[in-house]
Amino acid sequence: MQTNAKTPLMRVHGISKSLGGREILKSISLNLYEGEMKVLIGPSGGGKSTLLQCMNYLIAPDRGHIELLGQHIDPGNHRELCLFRQQVGMIFQDFNLFDHLCALDNVSIALRKVRGMSKKQARERALSELDRVGLADKGHLYPAELSGGQKQRVSIARALAMDPKVMLLDEPTSALDPELVSEVLAVIRGLAQNGMTMIMATHQMGFTRSLADEVLFMQEGRIIEQGSPRVLLAEGSKTRTLDFCSQILDVEGGV
Amino acid sequence: MNEELVFLLHRLIPALNEGLIMSVKLIVPSAVLGLFFGVVVGTCRAFGRGIIKPLANGYAALFRGTPLVIQLFILYFGLPGIGIYLEPYTAAVLGFTFCSAAYHSEYIRGGLLSIKQGQLLAAQALGFSTLKTLTTIIIPQAFRRALPGCGNEIVYLIKYSSLAYVITCFELTGKAKVVASESFRFSEVFLVVGLYYLVLVSVASWGLSRLENKLKIPGFGH
Amino acid sequence: MHETLDVLMDALPYVLQGAAVTIVAVIGAMFLGLFIGVPLAVGQVYGGRLIRILCGLYVWFFRGIPILVLLFLFYFGLFTLLGLNLSAVVAATIVLGMTSGAYQSQIFRGSILSLSRGQLKAAQALGMSNAMAIRTIILPQALRLSIPGWSNEYSIILKDSALAFVLGASEIMARTHFVASRTYQHLPLYLTAAVMYFILTWIGLILLRSLEKRVRIKGYVH
Repeated sequence: MQTNAKTPLMRVHGISKSLGGREILKSISLNLYEGEMKVLIGPSGGGKSTLLQCMNYLIAPDRGHIELLGQHIDPGNHRELCLFRQQVGMIFQDFNLFDHLCALDNVSIALRKVRGMSKKQARERALSELDRVGLADKGHLYPAELSGGQKQRVSIARALAMDPKVMLLDEPTSALDPELVSEVLAVIRGLAQNGMTMIMATHQMGFTRSLADEVLFMQEGRIIEQGSPRVLLAEGSKTRTLDFCSQILDVEGGV
Repeated sequence: MNEELVFLLHRLIPALNEGLIMSVKLIVPSAVLGLFFGVVVGTCRAFGRGIIKPLANGYAALFRGTPLVIQLFILYFGLPGIGIYLEPYTAAVLGFTFCSAAYHSEYIRGGLLSIKQGQLLAAQALGFSTLKTLTTIIIPQAFRRALPGCGNEIVYLIKYSSLAYVITCFELTGKAKVVASESFRFSEVFLVVGLYYLVLVSVASWGLSRLENKLKIPGFGH
Repeated sequence: MHETLDVLMDALPYVLQGAAVTIVAVIGAMFLGLFIGVPLAVGQVYGGRLIRILCGLYVWFFRGIPILVLLFLFYFGLFTLLGLNLSAVVAATIVLGMTSGAYQSQIFRGSILSLSRGQLKAAQALGMSNAMAIRTIILPQALRLSIPGWSNEYSIILKDSALAFVLGASEIMARTHFVASRTYQHLPLYLTAAVMYFILTWIGLILLRSLEKRVRIKGYVH
């Protein structure tokens, strides 16, 4: 698909959301351009996860709307919503693999049931996606038999199989044991290098520095700073982003 | 007054109220005796020595594995064969007691076994006597664990008390059957008697959940 | 003694035919209960306010009224009012199935609620419609988790099916009662019937346990 470099691939317009009387998101707007990698940073409870889930209407925003390729999405139209979600890949912090399906079926089920592919086609596609995340030989294993890092890689393969135009990643490595983080980051790095459009909430600073095109710092439901990591995370800069990152760096380390 | 209303007020309701009294007379003693006997059987199943444990287990399996109506038939129609004659009421209360005791024992056993060995050791280490351990450590915990199951069992008992009718003890259902057969108003009669049971069951369930809430301890039971 | 044995041997084939009727009725009721219980559970978990209230009313009604009253209500009352002319066995199967539907819905509801909410989100994020996500992701897991509850439900329906004799359905109980009332060998005959129910209970439980093993997912602990 040809898109003008100036028009955003995905547009978030004034999204607000309150949950239990608390305002989680306060009129958030942002644009995602093709091939771009944006990173959401900020303290937990700042609204990152809610924002990402609002971006494919897993949580219905109170106000505001989403556009994909200039098209306004109407979440009230279930068919249109499903079509939209097929084009937006989502990676969850706790993987959310389907526990009753082996890795291969986890990847192929949406191809068969949503895309209507034949069993054989779906299987081939799923195998190639598993291969892409380095799990070609693990297709027969069930989620309970996989390590956390493998689970997250399967969930990435599951999302990729749908040929998403954009990927939303909600802290994909924060539920993982430290030694399993790098295998997942390697897969995401590969995606970024191949030009996948992504927005990712993460605390991985080294990764952010080397790969993010833009960093968005979120706090109390607002984006309070945004810019390139080179500017926001420069040594000695007086940004809140750097301030926050230097606190977590000690705890989590970078990659 | 229209005919329906006359039937309802002067025929059905008085008959059902009579039946209700009989139902309560069946349910209350059966519930109390059943629970008591259930505690005994459950304790034997949890801690019984030698032959006692398998006997208690066998009792529970037998009474849980066969229909209550057969148990009642055996008591009422069967026992005369070996010279034991029971009144319908006695047979019904005995049948309900034996059967619900078997079900209660399941929950009591579970409640007792759920208490960790370490707590008993701790109580011993603190110098508790066996009796004190039982009354202050084991029973309060086991009671809470067993309460939902045992309470449910009493709700079941309310419904299954209707089986007394099949051995000619005329409680709610029996009275309803008589009125229905005489008047041929089956739908109305059984809907109204159904309502009686719904009220009884709902009140009992409500009371039970209130009791459970009252006794709730944060984090206990998970 | 000899006489008793003769009566038993004569009665056995006749009562065993009743066992076939019992088995068919129980299986029928279980599947009817499944077809009613699954949508009821889905309605109670995912439905809007009105749907939830309606499902809740159904469950409240069938769980609050004794089987005996329901059998009378539907067989003599409502089915007749609807112009349905059903045999006693079919009517009993339907009533047992509708009741079991209420109970099964509670089992499925519990299973659905025990699944992580994230899996539904993941399915939606892949573009599945809600109906498809429930069908392909939630229900296959919920049904597996429900098998132990289902085993329990089987033994309850089996025992409740003995009550169908009040409608004149020719299952184990009715046939036993019939022979007993002619031969006056109540005790041995009812004991035989009890043994049959006991055996049927265990056969069913063993079959369901092997089903549970067969559909088990590797490493899946819940």
